[in-house]
Parts: sequence; structure tokens; C-alpha cells
Amino acid sequence: MIPAPFDYHRAATLDEAIGLLARYGDDAKLLAGGMSLLPTLKLRLGSFGHLVDISRIAALEYIKEEKGAVRIGAGTRQVTLERSEVIRSRYGALADAVPLIADPLVRNRGTIGGNVANGDPANDGPAIMIALGAELVARGPKGERTIPANQFYKALYTTALAPGEILVELRLPVPPPKSGSAYRKLKRKTGDYAVAGVAVRVELGAKGTVDRAGIALTNVGATPLEAVDAQRSLAGKALDEKTIGEAARLAAKAAEPSSDRRGSVEYKREMTRVMCGRALKAALERAGG
Amino acid sequence: MAKHKISITVNGAAREAEVESRLLLVHFLRENLRLTGTHVGCDTSHCGVCTVQLDGQPVKSCTVLAVQADGCSVNTVESLEQGGKLHPVQEAFTEKHALQCGFCTPGMLMTCSALLAANKNPSEQEIRQAISGNLCRCTGYLNIVKAVQSAAEKMRAA
Repeated sequence: MIPAPFDYHRAATLDEAIGLLARYGDDAKLLAGGMSLLPTLKLRLGSFGHLVDISRIAALEYIKEEKGAVRIGAGTRQVTLERSEVIRSRYGALADAVPLIADPLVRNRGTIGGNVANGDPANDGPAIMIALGAELVARGPKGERTIPANQFYKALYTTALAPGEILVELRLPVPPPKSGSAYRKLKRKTGDYAVAGVAVRVELGAKGTVDRAGIALTNVGATPLEAVDAQRSLAGKALDEKTIGEAARLAAKAAEPSSDRRGSVEYKREMTRVMCGRALKAALERAGG
Repeated sequence: MAKHKISITVNGAAREAEVESRLLLVHFLRENLRLTGTHVGCDTSHCGVCTVQLDGQPVKSCTVLAVQADGCSVNTVESLEQGGKLHPVQEAFTEKHALQCGFCTPGMLMTCSALLAANKNPSEQEIRQAISGNLCRCTGYLNIVKAVQSAAEKMRAA
């Protein structure tokens, strides 16, 4: 399969990329790892006159701690996250998720920014960002702004990014002591999207009860979903069979799956419940609760 | 549409070409350079038969534009044999019957040789994870795992 014709532009800097997006407007599309975009072009599900390649901008590839947050450059390859000690030790949910994205060959090219920004509800990154309380940093012709991850996803393949804006950084708050996160994804085989995936984060207070919780769902709706009621149900509670069960039930209720080859609506909702329960147990263990 | 001048080091030799933006790396290798060892399978980045090493890392060449590889080094399955001598992983594939129809083999070899370059003693689990993006419909993978283990052993002894 061969994509429809387009022109290719390699941006050496972020400013150059922003300039190219401004010049070509709606006819331009950013190319980072290309692991979603190139199949889309080849299958002719989409077509653009101009691709702006940002994958050679070294300034977009980093993982560093600064001002209370771990900052991940949007161009960071998924394989780099997979090997990162910072991610492994602090962000269990992300460390769980990355090896479940596609397959190792895809992760050698695919970027975390692309996974988070392209707006596919089946991608694993978005739910992780929401559950971890991440802020997403966008840069465009008018400068830089931050968008909370739970306000980033507007509709299927539609995000809060304005035309001409580029996702440049993901900011994960440094987790307080006695906190933990986890991701559980049910999938049929390597490379498949989730039947249902659930990302969770819990922060425990002095008494061992939940100070804050984040719960978000993958591939059970038109966008990644924040399970607000499930989060709220945990506030001030100790995590046990009963409270975890109730949060998992509410997470399943928040799911809006559609029936397809991966299962019926009922099955996906049930698997959301199961994945949520398992993720909460794993996060609790990591929090040392 | 504009054409782009690219220079790519393929199997150690500098190659220059003028290509269309949309030309895929796998087609550049197979059609422009006539290196047909790299296969095209699913063409949707699932099966891994098109795997080549891009700057040492295994990637699916059906999902990389040739122009994206400009300035990079690409190794295909043709690079493994040196001076008439098979790469240890190729030898091990023949000894351990790690292929039947052979269609997945070029991609499998590029993934496995990259694994062995990075990890001299991979566990069974690490081997299975490394090849999880390469589909084989003949072997059931068991003999591929055995071959990689056998190649690793030989390479450590060498």
C-alpha cells in the first residue's frame, strides 16, 4: 500500500515546525514516530498535502526532573521510557503501559507524545496521563500553554490542541510518599488494542486512607475517560476489598464502550471493572498501603 | 510533488537517490536497490517480515519513509553474511530448524541479531518479548527461541 502523494518537510527546530504548520494550515500534519500516521496514510484513511517531520528535533527528547515534576519531551521514544529508571521507580502506571503498546519494533520508533496527542481512544498513553494528573504543554505561534490531561480529549481524534500547536512536553507531578500507580490492560494478542484498559493512581495519607485518586479508562469510549465517580468514591477511605470493588463498579459504569470484534458492550464494561480492581490492588501494593 | 535527495548507508555502502516523499523504506530497498531479502507481508506494521535495522535498531520498514532514513544507516538481512560466512544467528536458524516456509525469516533474523548485539545472554522471556512483533506461522516460535539461545552461546564462546 502506498500513501497518496504529499510533500515532506523535515523541521530542524521547534520554531521551524511551528512555522511550517502555520504556512500549510489544515493541509499539514505532524510526523513524529509515524507509527499511527503512516498506516493511516497507507490505508488512505487520511491524507495531507504536507508532512512536517519533527522526529529529528533532539530538543524534544528528554526525561528530567524540574520544579516538582518529571518532564518528558514529547519526542521521547517509547523504548526510552521502557528503559528509564525514573519511570520504573516512580510511575508504575506508565512503566506497566509502555511494554503493552504495540510491539518492540513499533516502540523503537513511536513517541510518547504521538501516543498521547493523536487522540485515538485506543492508545494507552492518554489514560495514564489523566490518572497520573499530568499537565500537557503545547507550543504554537502564540507561545506556550499547559493543559491538564483530563481536559485534553474533546472527541474522537479531537484534542484541545489548537491548529498550529504542537504537544512539546508531558509533566508528571512527582508522586508524594505512600503513593502508587498501575495500569491493567486486557488485550487479545501482542499489537492489539485494549478490550479495556484502566490506569489508576492512589495517594495515601498518614492514616493510610486515600488522599487522592486518579482513575482513567482506555478504549471504552470515543475518548479516554476519567472515571470521576470512581475517583470520588475512594476519597478518605481505606482501600480494601469493599472500597476497591465499589470503585471498580463505578469505573465500569463510567465506561461507554461499543460492541465490536473485541467484545460486546457488557463484556467490555465487565472487563473494565475487573481491570480497575486489579490496577487498584497493584497501586495499593506499590503505595506500601 | 517534490522529490528529495537522500543519502543512506545501506549494508555499509553509501547510497544516494532522489525519491518521492511517499516512497516507503521497504520499497526503496527492494525496488530501487534490488535488495529483495527484506519482505513485504501485512504492509500494516503488524507482521514484522519487513524488519530492518535503522541505526542499529530493528524497525518495520513498511512504516518508515525512505526520506526519514536520510543520513541514517540501514542494515538488511543481506548484511548478515560476511565473506561467505553466515552470521551465527543464521547458522543457528538452520541447525535448529527455526524456519519452515522462510517468509518471516529475514525480519526475524534482523530482530534477533539486534537483540544479540544488545544482550549477549537473553533469557527465554527476553527473546520471546523481542520477537513479539515478528509473526511466524510455521514454527510455533519454539525453535526460533532455541536458535537464538544457541547463537547467543556460540557468540559468547567466540
